[in-house]
Order: sequence, then C-alpha cells, then structure tokens
Amino acid sequence: MNIIIAIIIMAVVTYIIRVLPLAVFRKPIKNKFIRSFLYYVPYVTLSVMTFPAILNATGNIYLGGVGFIVAICFSLYKGSLPLVALVSCLAAYILEFFI
Amino acid sequence: MPNDNRNYFISGLRGGLPIGIGYFAVSFTLGIVMQNAGLTAFEGALMSLLNNTSAGEAAGTVIIGNNGSYIELAMSQLIINLRYLLMSAALILHIDKNLSLKHRLLMSLDITDEVFALSITQPHPLSPFFSYGVMCSTIPFWAAGTALGIMFGNILPAAVVKALSVALYAMFVAVVIPPCKKDKKLILVVASSMVLSFAFAKLPYLSKLSEGNRIIILTIILGAIFALAFPHAEEEEK
Repeated sequence: MNIIIAIIIMAVVTYIIRVLPLAVFRKPIKNKFIRSFLYYVPYVTLSVMTFPAILNATGNIYLGGVGFIVAICFSLYKGSLPLVALVSCLAAYILEFFI
Repeated sequence: MPNDNRNYFISGLRGGLPIGIGYFAVSFTLGIVMQNAGLTAFEGALMSLLNNTSAGEAAGTVIIGNNGSYIELAMSQLIINLRYLLMSAALILHIDKNLSLKHRLLMSLDITDEVFALSITQPHPLSPFFSYGVMCSTIPFWAAGTALGIMFGNILPAAVVKALSVALYAMFVAVVIPPCKKDKKLILVVASSMVLSFAFAKLPYLSKLSEGNRIIILTIILGAIFALAFPHAEEEEK
C-alpha cells in the first residue's frame, strides 16, 4: 500500500461526502431512516474503534484496560476531551511502574 | 476583499481559535497512533491537512498500518464520514441560496462536527468568508498537532509513548459517553457496539476480518438496526 495514494483516496472520498449535499444536491435530507442512521453512525463507529483496540494500544492489556475504565468513569464526571485523555494516560503511566 | 467579507473572515478566525486549540490536543494523540503505525510526520501532516477528520484518519491509519486494501480504505472513509452528509445538507438552510458554486466547493472542505456546530449558530445567511476564517484557525492546528504527535512519539521515552497510546481512544470514549446521560438509547448503542466489536475480534472465523472491515460491517449493521428500532426524531438543526 502506497501511503501517499492511500491519503489521497481518503481525502477524495471524504470530500465527496462533504461536497455533494451543499454543492450538488442542494436539498436537505428528509428521509427519517437515513437521518436516524446517520445519527447513530458516530456512536457505533467510535465504540467499535475504541474497543477492544484500546486494550492492545500499549502492548499490555492491563495498561489499556485501566486507561479504558478511567476514561469511562472520568468522562461521566467531566466531559472535556483533553482532560479525559490526560487522566487516562496518567493512570496507564502510573500503572507501568507496578507491572 | 470588501470590508464586510473581511469582518466575517476575522470573526471566523476568532470563533475557530478555541476549536483549533482543542484540535491540537486531539491530533497530537492521533499522531501518536500514526507513529505506532509507522507513518512519518510529513505523511501525518498531509493526511490531516487533506482530511480533517479524527475518526476517519484513525481508521485510515489502522488500515494503512495493517497494509489493507485501497477498497477497504475507501469504504471505511465512506461509512465513518457519512455523517458529514447530514451536516452538509443541514448547512444548505444556513447559506444564501444563490451562493456561487465556487464558495460551496470551498466551504465543504472543512465540514467537521465542531465547525458545523459553530457555523449553524451564526447569523443567517452564513458567510463563506466566516467559514474561511474558521478554516484558517483550525486546519493548521490540526495538521501541526498530528506532525508533532508523530515527532514526539519518535523521541519521547518508550514508557511515556506507551501511556500516550491510550489517549486517542480515551478521547473517543469522552465523545460517546457523555451524551449517554441525556439519551438513554445511546447506552445500548455504545455497549452493544463494543461487545460485538470484541466478539468479532475474538471469535473464530469472525476474527479473520480485518479491523477496517469490522468497523465498516458493524457500523452498517448496527446503525441500520438502531435506526429501524429507535428512529431518532431530532428537530431540523436551528
């Protein structure tokens, strides 16, 4: 896989999605099924991408597991993305000294 | 540029700045993931300049790292970024209906969750120059954060990079979890997505699917099931 070609393919596909309604169709999306589908897509995609990938992210399943649990607990308490990431990384970092 | 357009541009620059700073943090962690997958700082910055999408780029990075196929890559971007279709379509109601094609083509470049949320709060009609201002104060941060994430991933001690590798996923958690408090259906959506993703990764036969294909298949199936079971009746974005 050539990385530059891969990046260009990604950019073209993503641009087509962004440009079609605004520049070509020029009509709002009314269909309720499509609207509902698109509402759920980010939640499904991000959840599938996160788990179980986070367990393997550090090469140690316990570090990833702790990072995951801390991220869930902390994001229930406070929503800010960088803060959740920081706390989760810190938890994983501290755990590294014990295993 | 006429005075009005200049004012819209400056107002876009200002409005976009807080988003740009947030982007910097997210793209830095994305850079760490890209570094683990073997991308160079130049490749990461190029991907971020041209794509402007965290989930799409993260999935693309995984597929590139696993040396997947171009078809899998294109499909993953189509499915993951499909939500921009909805945002782009909603923007139609916010722009001047006689706005030229040139402006429509340019404005479309940077339709992201955060930029969309800012754009629809602007006085009607949304000026393309406001969008250009937002682009100028968000895209450079996004690309620079990615490049720096990759560079720091190369020089920081291994223990730090290991810990930082969970950051992007922690941010994804921070995107999907808080809305679950307001919309209880989402608890089921998030939990079932994670359980099935885990099952697909571990079960015989299913685990032969690449990570990219798993994302594509589960998103289509679960998205469709939930759309049929719980149609989402949100109002047209105001």
